Amino acid sequence: MLSKRIIPCLDVRAGQLTKGIKFLGNVDIGDPVEAAKNYYEQGADEIVFYDITASAEARDIMIDVVRRVAETIFIPFSVGGGIRTVEDMRRVILAGAEKISVNSEAVKNPVIISEGAKAFGSQCVVLGMDVKRVDRSAKIPSGYEIVIHGGRIYTGIDALWWAKEAQRLGAGEICLNSIDADGTQVGYEIELTRLISTNVSIPVIASGGAGEPGHLLDVLTRGSADAALIASMVHYRTYTIDAIKGFLHEHGVKVRRRW
Amino acid sequence: MIGIVDYRAGNLTSVARALQYIKQPFEITNKISQLSKMTHLIFPGVGAAGDAMENLHKAGLVDFIKDWVRAGRPLMGICLGTQAIFEYSEENDTPCIGLVPGVVRRFPDGLAKEGMSLKVPHMGWNEVRLVGDHPVFKDIPEGTEFYFVHSYYPDPAEDHWVAGTTEYGISFCSAIAHGSLVATQFHPEKSGRPGLNILVNFCHWRLADAE
Repeated sequence: MLSKRIIPCLDVRAGQLTKGIKFLGNVDIGDPVEAAKNYYEQGADEIVFYDITASAEARDIMIDVVRRVAETIFIPFSVGGGIRTVEDMRRVILAGAEKISVNSEAVKNPVIISEGAKAFGSQCVVLGMDVKRVDRSAKIPSGYEIVIHGGRIYTGIDALWWAKEAQRLGAGEICLNSIDADGTQVGYEIELTRLISTNVSIPVIASGGAGEPGHLLDVLTRGSADAALIASMVHYRTYTIDAIKGFLHEHGVKVRRRW
Repeated sequence: MIGIVDYRAGNLTSVARALQYIKQPFEITNKISQLSKMTHLIFPGVGAAGDAMENLHKAGLVDFIKDWVRAGRPLMGICLGTQAIFEYSEENDTPCIGLVPGVVRRFPDGLAKEGMSLKVPHMGWNEVRLVGDHPVFKDIPEGTEFYFVHSYYPDPAEDHWVAGTTEYGISFCSAIAHGSLVATQFHPEKSGRPGLNILVNFCHWRLADAE
């Protein structure tokens, strides 16, 4: 049977690794290529890079990071942040990434999903969704709203509707990030994850809130997630990926144990 | 030298980078004159069967690949490349190269395991149960997982083509070996060390070792 995937997420700024708490107060904590290699050797099933820089100069640095990562690790990895056009996607894919994730850009210009899927295949296109819990309304029936720009702007788009729409447009996977849970380390948003994951046919990666192995167990079972994103709990060396997988395995979750 | 068959089917750079890492000289080309000089061919690909076959026909590669394998020269299919060597693919109702008797089928709707519905594409790491001890698949411990991403699976008409199977709601053929042909539905270039081992084994495979 298919294993549940454990995916460390590396936020990169100007070629350096950072980790933000609720998107504020980022501190640089190292070289992304070294970190990727370290996680690859620890048994990460995939790696996500999120480029939080915006300038064209920094973008070239990121392409160089992607190229060096691709020469070093031999598992899938995705890159997101600031991808606006199919040409941006092509550069990152040619540098060696398997998957591209689009987030705010896809909200503003949904066609990028279908164009990306047509050009590179659905398996290359990941929809990143930043979601906040709101009161249920006619406009937001699920009670979860899509937000962009790190949670600063409410879009008026219902998260469940957007997930289904992205699937229809050709997204191959969804990375579902709860802004409420992000950086808190008190656990994933289980209800949200379950809602999205059981209503689409593409895989869903749960993101935001992981602080201990039990949180992953919860989101991969009760939350029906296909994969779990982790950051602080491994970046600050509180846990190793191997230890997290050992815990999940003991609790009956199928994970890849040999690498 | 290893030839990577370039027929505009997705991204070949990940296979190229894996060969670089295992220090294996290679060339990526669609030119038959170049490919003919190689000792081994890798036939990768991601994307849809319809486009892939169209590109292969345009490049004149369909007969070339058939003749290559029939002449007993080593070829390794990966993912869409593996599907393309079958007779027929349900994806876009596409007649394929026809080196392996059988059909490439879509995962049926409503696949489930223990009450949980299974998603298509089959994306992620899954076990390959190897049968026999083919030189390309040697030294792979039981229970080793490989990286898959696909919505269609190969279904050979005869069991003797099957080198490995994988469970995903159904049991399907995830590795193929026969004569000078080996093929995987999974991506060895994205499957960590065990995947790199398979690529090393293939690149070092000499025909004297063939079954």
